[in-house]
Amino acid sequence: MEKMIFGRYLPLQSPVHELDPRAKLLFIFGFVIVVFLANNILSYGILAVFTLLCIYLSRINIRFLLSGLKPVIWIIAFTFLLHIFLTKEGDLLFNIGFLKIYEGGVRQGAFISLRFLLLILVTSLLTLTTSPISITDGLESLLNPFKKLKLPVHELALMMSISLRFIPTLMDETDKIMKAQIARGADFSSGPIKERVKAVVPLLIPLFVSAFKRAEELAVAMEARGYRGGEGRTKYRLLHWQGKDSAALVLLLVLAALLWWARS
Amino acid sequence: MDIQLQEVEYRYAAGTPFERLAIEDVSFTIPEGVFLAVVGHTGSGKSTIIQHLNALLRPTKGQVVIGDRVISAGKKEKNLKSVRKKVGTVFQFPEHQLFEETVEKDICYGPINFGIPEEEAKKRARSLISQVGLSEEVLQKSPFDLSGGQMRRVAIAGVLAMEPEVLVLDEPTAGLDPRGRKEIMDMFYTLHQEHGLSTILVTHSMEDAALYADEMIVMHKGRVQKQGKPRDLFSQPDELAAFGLSVPEVVRFQHRFEALSGMKLDRTCLTIEELAEELARAKKRGEDR
Repeated sequence: MEKMIFGRYLPLQSPVHELDPRAKLLFIFGFVIVVFLANNILSYGILAVFTLLCIYLSRINIRFLLSGLKPVIWIIAFTFLLHIFLTKEGDLLFNIGFLKIYEGGVRQGAFISLRFLLLILVTSLLTLTTSPISITDGLESLLNPFKKLKLPVHELALMMSISLRFIPTLMDETDKIMKAQIARGADFSSGPIKERVKAVVPLLIPLFVSAFKRAEELAVAMEARGYRGGEGRTKYRLLHWQGKDSAALVLLLVLAALLWWARS
Repeated sequence: MDIQLQEVEYRYAAGTPFERLAIEDVSFTIPEGVFLAVVGHTGSGKSTIIQHLNALLRPTKGQVVIGDRVISAGKKEKNLKSVRKKVGTVFQFPEHQLFEETVEKDICYGPINFGIPEEEAKKRARSLISQVGLSEEVLQKSPFDLSGGQMRRVAIAGVLAMEPEVLVLDEPTAGLDPRGRKEIMDMFYTLHQEHGLSTILVTHSMEDAALYADEMIVMHKGRVQKQGKPRDLFSQPDELAAFGLSVPEVVRFQHRFEALSGMKLDRTCLTIEELAEELARAKKRGEDR
């Protein structure tokens, strides 16, 4: 539980931390698209180097970042296997009865897993280097044009910031309840699958109960302090777009151009 | 069953940027049948210590000896159920752990996990529900229909139903009204005396420590700072104040009385009755002279 990195903010001093949240959001959005340009070893190599550079600039310990990936490693492994077994391209590498593994499959699997990995790394950098409140501010400001279309921008941003804010709280809560049930003889980590699924019930029910209770308390606390939504609300923290924010986006364009050049 | 902590250190999230030292160099023994109070300021490491007593946390250095089991740093232990059966833990706000459809099922959850037959578990539930001060009708209700105080009692019954040899209590009366507090503490004390249950009480209430504990441990910044009989520790209020702790009201009254009157009572009094007795004796002495 302690090693979860999703939604966690790591307050450090780094060039990435100092960027405007809007720049970071646009960057991530662009990166998610640009990633799909890569399709051969050279372009994936460029992408990987670029990602490592971002991590280096953020001053976040890469070992910590990688250890936080453990929960998603299974999804990545699954994608890899799926591609290995289902893609039938290129030379035949292995042939064990009904199992046929092709060279194209291995390549596809490796590329897709790498794409997954890089996406997750870069997006976790966003939450690790940006406090939930700045992410919300940034998102709200970026979505502002959509207000004309009657999109409840402020409410959406608020919902997002509340969910981000409560991820660590829920994690702590899970940990506590888990320990309380283990102390009463629950076993979450061994036994047949059927038993293990059953063992989760004593964990989930208290968790849901407390989440609902917490939501209600939060709503009451906000109302008691006169919260009425975004209408006419001014901001204490103002966002300033600076040269380095533009530079970050230019860097992304350079990456896109490089990938375009390197792809086959 | 004795529990022994030997130079225990624990770091949360070891090896990440969130690493935090919670306790270090903690050594003490909890002999069988003792009532031990652990006091200390918020964040002094009390709750971390008690999670070592039933192997919920493994020390990052040192070792914990629980009966015949040794839990030491770096070694993965299998089958800790036998340890957890003997050490029952009532966590802070234990009402959060309730989940079953009925109170009875919830109380039976622990015992059944430890292999007690259902009939026996139900029998325990029936006898415990009155022991924690609730009526038998409650057994068939949903725990979520009860009041906060009643839920607390049900959760406590759920831990007692495991019939542990050692009972660990982490602020069991936090947030209860004064009467509820006293009822629940008295119940724990009766259990301790009648069944010889070792009891470890983590508390902010110096009154509770004074009233019930044989031994007391003072925690500060993750270390054990003082250990001794409550009477001895409370006789030096300045030392406790250095750790952000006060003394019970009775003791405070006595110290103030002694400072103002210039008289010295024979012992540090922990209850109002003791104090009244001592004051009467002091008065008599004064008249005799």
